[in-house]
Amino acid sequence: MMNKLIFGRYIPGKSVIHHMDPRAKLLLSFYFIGIIFIANNWQTYVALFVFTLLAIKLSGVKWSFFINGVKPLIWLILFTVILQVLFSGSGGHVYFKWGIITISQLGLVNGIYIFCRFVLIIFMSTLLTLTTPPLELSDAIEYILMPLKVVHFPVYEVALMLSIALRFVPTLMDETEKIMNAQRARGVDFGEGNIFQQMRAIVPLLIPLFVSSFNRAEDLATAMEARGYQGGEGRSKFRILKWQARDSWATVSFVALTIILVVLRA
Amino acid sequence: MAIDFKQVDFTYQPGTPFETKALTDINLTIPDGSYTALIGHTGSGKSTLLQHLNALLKPTSGTVTIGERVITPATSNKDLKSLRQQVGIVFQFPENQLFEETVVKDIAFGPQNFGVSETEALETAEKMLTLVGLDKSLLDRSPFDLSGGQMRRVAIAGVLAMQPKILVLDEPTAGLDPQGRLDMMEMFARLRREQGLTVVLVTHQMDDVANYADHVIVMDQGRVVKTGTPQEIFKDPQWLVEHQLGLPKTTAFAQQLMAKGLQFNPIPLTEDQLAAALVAQLPATVFGGAESHDE
Repeated sequence: MMNKLIFGRYIPGKSVIHHMDPRAKLLLSFYFIGIIFIANNWQTYVALFVFTLLAIKLSGVKWSFFINGVKPLIWLILFTVILQVLFSGSGGHVYFKWGIITISQLGLVNGIYIFCRFVLIIFMSTLLTLTTPPLELSDAIEYILMPLKVVHFPVYEVALMLSIALRFVPTLMDETEKIMNAQRARGVDFGEGNIFQQMRAIVPLLIPLFVSSFNRAEDLATAMEARGYQGGEGRSKFRILKWQARDSWATVSFVALTIILVVLRA
Repeated sequence: MAIDFKQVDFTYQPGTPFETKALTDINLTIPDGSYTALIGHTGSGKSTLLQHLNALLKPTSGTVTIGERVITPATSNKDLKSLRQQVGIVFQFPENQLFEETVVKDIAFGPQNFGVSETEALETAEKMLTLVGLDKSLLDRSPFDLSGGQMRRVAIAGVLAMQPKILVLDEPTAGLDPQGRLDMMEMFARLRREQGLTVVLVTHQMDDVANYADHVIVMDQGRVVKTGTPQEIFKDPQWLVEHQLGLPKTTAFAQQLMAKGLQFNPIPLTEDQLAAALVAQLPATVFGGAESHDE
């Protein structure tokens, strides 16, 4: 059920992209989302797609993972696209008009562009999560947030919380599955009946989950203290992030892509 | 109620990149009224098999027959409730499934889901609490105030309250102290005697298998590699080691004695059997000598 979600999973691998610095990957992914909005005609979108597909090819991850990454969001995408097509007013040739609903050439083109943007963003972020272990990602976030220490933002604490949260996502998923099965065996029907019955059926799942999270937090805190944890300040690091030539090359290629986009832009 | 597996395969997340095959060509029968032990090292597919026993999982191919019901890959998720009432599963660390405000409500939760009236369910709950060896004064306490061992008992009482015909236990004594362990295993044996339950026990404790089970299924890498009585399973230590399993303590000790020249046939599984076999082999003179010494 939940395991079918590809979005946000990590697939171990040995490609160039797997070995990139997580800071570079994270920042470049955000940068990519930014430059998607430069694109405004079909040439620019082709350039973006070629670039994305090359990056996917380089990662050596199977195509099916990316297609599966889009699947759970396809209804949201189509909903947005259809709204865009139906309500973007008249522009260019008008094919159909009925009340406030207008299907025009501009609307159709806009719909297609929005679809492309969604797919590109999902592909790139799926590429990021598929090739980066969650812990590396949280290291990268910690590094990027570091400047905020000037304004007394608790960077270490946030980073610690983040890495603990990421670490326990699969554990909690397993636990949820186990408790669900145990309650099913006791005669609970999940996902059946009207909305109130369904909400009531969640109670025997939620309460044990909360209780076990509290217990787990207490155990974890004790174990951390027993191992000498006293707060983030003054700790050394085991995983040291290293910026390498490949990260610089990746950055250069993104800059090149930006230049191409600006040139191709109408 | 017997359970019958015919050519059952099971694959997790079929058709996705995370596809993993957990069960391959399972053919087995759990006879009515038997005490079946399911053993195998970690990751051999025991827990996956166990979830087929009340249709929490359905086979990817093949059929599972539970009493009268036949579960195939095409069986719909509707009206499996009657089946789940008849096959009670106590999962590993069942104390994690408690959620109600009071112990009595939590035990009554199962029966109420199966349509038993509230008053009747609360009455059953009270009986079950005594059955698992807890005091009635705990009835109105919150389950979260209890000790780990007591919580485990309450959870088991919650499953027993559904009055299943088949009781499936997934390592019910994991993490309990020796006395709690013994109490619990004795309780299951007693329930089986008194109520004619069929018991399926998943365990890593070979002593429990030797002491209680009359039918053993050995699993390895998602396949059933051997079935038989405990005698048949434990008579070949070499084979057990190959499948990453061990011997009951008594049998292991008997093996050591055999290396020193004593003979056992059949090889003893329980302490009583070992003691009886040893006494039978003592030369009469030893008894005579000892007696004369005492006088």
